Amino acid sequence: MTLELSFNQQPGHLRQGSSIGQPLTRRDGFLKVTGAARYAADNHPPGTLYAVLAVASIARGRVASLDVEAAKAHSGVVEVMTPRNRPALATDPDAKDHPFMFRLDLLQNDQVRYPNQSIAVVIAETLEAATEGAALLSPRYEALPARVGLDGAKSFVPRGVGVGNPAVQEKGDVEAGLKSAKTRIEASYETPAQYHNAMEPHAIVAAWDGDRLSIDTPSQGLAMAQGRIAGLFGIPPQNVHIRSPFLGGGFGSKGMISGPQVLGILAARLVGRPVKLVLRREQMFGPVGHRAPTRQTLRMGMDGEGRLTAIDHRAKTASSTFDDFFEPAADASHTLYASPAIATSHEAVRLDTGTPLFMRAPGEATGSIALESAIDEAAHACGMDPLEFRLKNYAEVEPMTGKPFSSKALRECYSQAAKAFGWASRPLQPRLMRDADGFLTGWGLGTATFPALMFQAEARAVLRADGSGLMETGAQDMGQGAWTAFAQIAADGLGLDIDQVDFRAGSSDLPNAGIAGGSGHTATAGMAIHNAGAAVIARLADLATGNEASPLFGAGNEGVVARGGRLYRRDDENRSESYGEILTRAGLIEIEGHGTGAPDPAFQEAYAKHAHGAVFAEVKVDPDFGQIRVTRLVGAFAAGRVINPRLVRSQYYGGMIWGVSFALHEEAITDRRSGRIQNANLAEYHVPVNADVPSVEAILVHEDDPYVNALGIKGVGEIGVTGTAGAVANAVWHATGVRPRRFPIRIEDLLG
Amino acid sequence: MTKMTKIPVHLDINGHHHDLQLEPRVTLLDALRDRLGLTGTKKGCDHGQCGACTVHVDGERVLACLTLAAQAEGRTITTIEGLAREGELHPVQAAFLKQDAFQCGYCTPGQIMSAVACIREGHAGSDDEIREYMAGNLCRCGAYPHIVAAVRQAALEVAS
Repeated sequence: MTLELSFNQQPGHLRQGSSIGQPLTRRDGFLKVTGAARYAADNHPPGTLYAVLAVASIARGRVASLDVEAAKAHSGVVEVMTPRNRPALATDPDAKDHPFMFRLDLLQNDQVRYPNQSIAVVIAETLEAATEGAALLSPRYEALPARVGLDGAKSFVPRGVGVGNPAVQEKGDVEAGLKSAKTRIEASYETPAQYHNAMEPHAIVAAWDGDRLSIDTPSQGLAMAQGRIAGLFGIPPQNVHIRSPFLGGGFGSKGMISGPQVLGILAARLVGRPVKLVLRREQMFGPVGHRAPTRQTLRMGMDGEGRLTAIDHRAKTASSTFDDFFEPAADASHTLYASPAIATSHEAVRLDTGTPLFMRAPGEATGSIALESAIDEAAHACGMDPLEFRLKNYAEVEPMTGKPFSSKALRECYSQAAKAFGWASRPLQPRLMRDADGFLTGWGLGTATFPALMFQAEARAVLRADGSGLMETGAQDMGQGAWTAFAQIAADGLGLDIDQVDFRAGSSDLPNAGIAGGSGHTATAGMAIHNAGAAVIARLADLATGNEASPLFGAGNEGVVARGGRLYRRDDENRSESYGEILTRAGLIEIEGHGTGAPDPAFQEAYAKHAHGAVFAEVKVDPDFGQIRVTRLVGAFAAGRVINPRLVRSQYYGGMIWGVSFALHEEAITDRRSGRIQNANLAEYHVPVNADVPSVEAILVHEDDPYVNALGIKGVGEIGVTGTAGAVANAVWHATGVRPRRFPIRIEDLLG
Repeated sequence: MTKMTKIPVHLDINGHHHDLQLEPRVTLLDALRDRLGLTGTKKGCDHGQCGACTVHVDGERVLACLTLAAQAEGRTITTIEGLAREGELHPVQAAFLKQDAFQCGYCTPGQIMSAVACIREGHAGSDDEIREYMAGNLCRCGAYPHIVAAVRQAALEVAS
């Protein structure tokens, strides 16, 4: 992919010293607008065969028979892989060594544990033959009744939720707080199962060479995928080379390697030729994760001045029958609103569904829409403006832990977005605003928040005698702009113009960049890049300042600064030397440095670290037909340092549109009789289209954070979903006087 | 063994002539991607629901996944690879780049092909009209506001 990215981006580069903070256009943009960007399924090694999955049309039971002969008899079909002839694995795909090793369906037996589970793979010379072959398998099943819905099975308290948070947490005495309150509210909300539905279906092109494996597949976590595949096949990780220069969207569903991707590798093993396997859209509703449904109940108490005395947030959710992922919805109440007593708890049922997974703002999105709706109800119960109520309950320290925030510019977000939106003229009561066409008009507000996470990453930096630099880290670009933002951090760290830096990413043979998830990739891999740059510059400075022939001699490492391909003396900028001169004198072609990115444990312990934002929404509702349109969205977000405002604005827009989708569009509907998803396609599983999206404004609020990391980066990928969903729901209430209790909000809910 | 007969199909794509032997069931999308290596055109749903496979046939936008390759014989096909002329980006491509009208980029070739046609059809007269006439192309990243801005910019450039 280095070759692909040597297309140099045209003009537009602002050269004002540091490239951090500049709104550069995407460095992979030329490839993307010309169709030259190569996604996994665009690869086609010589001799490639096509594999198509056959998937279960029942939710629970076993496959009694498959007509393998009929499939094999179809012209072009080369092989049919079933549990009978699937190549052996070194590890049981149902083994679970740690919480993030998810169980995979790899034809280990004839059992069906959710609809759309893989039951066979047909491999053929053409896609058409493989597709027809899969249809000819005509499976017969022994089906058992499906367990469907949040009341469909016995409830229990999970051992942990999300990434292992306690399922039940309490600070203070919630019942006492509620008892002492002057005003109380209790409200329940339901959120549906949602499917990531990245535009690029999961795809893999796999080729074996002995016990070495070459793979093109989209991955948000190359090193984890490499380790998982190596473990399954019993080969050293370095034997597995994964290329993932571009992901056609991920949103969490490409964080872990999925069953179908591994089946592509098994198919290649079985036939001894390269195999391409691409999921059909309907096959993405099952084996590649989803956002679990929730039912949430909130109770809040307020004193006579509208101050919260207690928050009780309970969530019920669902996982699969065979694995654990529990949507941590109630944890949304830990961070936003000050209250002397807060309790959060989770319970769950096990259903005949694929295992749920992280989906853009997992827990935060589901929890936010319920919390922000309840806060709105609480404000109304107190007769207060929703913004005034939120400011009255503004958390000066993290409510659940009492820790100070590393930074929190939420007040500025509220005030800037409120001003841009024109919130001040909002009537307190609902159903009072109409537009010129008679549509009910409503304004709503939601607070956005997302934790500033960091994981572990490494990077390698090189400076060359020709004055150029190289930065390597196996970072993943799923659309957030890694190719560009990391090149900017690399250029900054190396003291070079961005066009002098060769930036390599998206491949598992590069240093481990950690996972592109949790809105933590830019901070984590960015810090690894920054530190690798600092390490190689320090080596260069040693060479210069320790050599009598250098004009920098004696300045000491701290006494020089790197800029524009030269080292300068801090105390006398007339004395400088180019990187090339320093390396040439030392007789070196290049030098390298390594850096890691990781959270600082001391700061982790001392501070609560979150990004914040405020989102204001306007909706218009047809008074006769109940049709809802979002007509305006204004968000303001404070998320530490912005590496590239052009990319960040796009991330905020995308998140906000996901918020609209959460409130008004997305829902997977399960047939209660069969347990199958009835709308497993992009026509009936609604995601917003262009005409659903109004004028959107995202304000980037300045925020310096000295604690999150040396670069001051938080993360912007997920926060936009939070706040927005609640803002839309609250605007619908303000327009109609009807409080949405389930999402997406339907016309019939308003006509009720 | 079930035999599938192949038929000769002659396709005129991006100014180049291609003689193919294809089974009649091969779609234009799979012919482009798998037989001709023109992988810029993307498959998002294979059901005509997402717009990622939008190409031009005789200048009109068409969903390549719902078109059999044989149906396109004798007609002029343009794909994303045929839009730039001599290394010079088409105004719509340049506008998408400048306005950051994409993120992951997977829907982008389809969006751009749709946008070129949208402008040509005279359906880029206002933001609302652009939203409506670009509504057949899904973007899961949510780049819509910037897509509207790009189409608006390109429409002005094409008109001038």
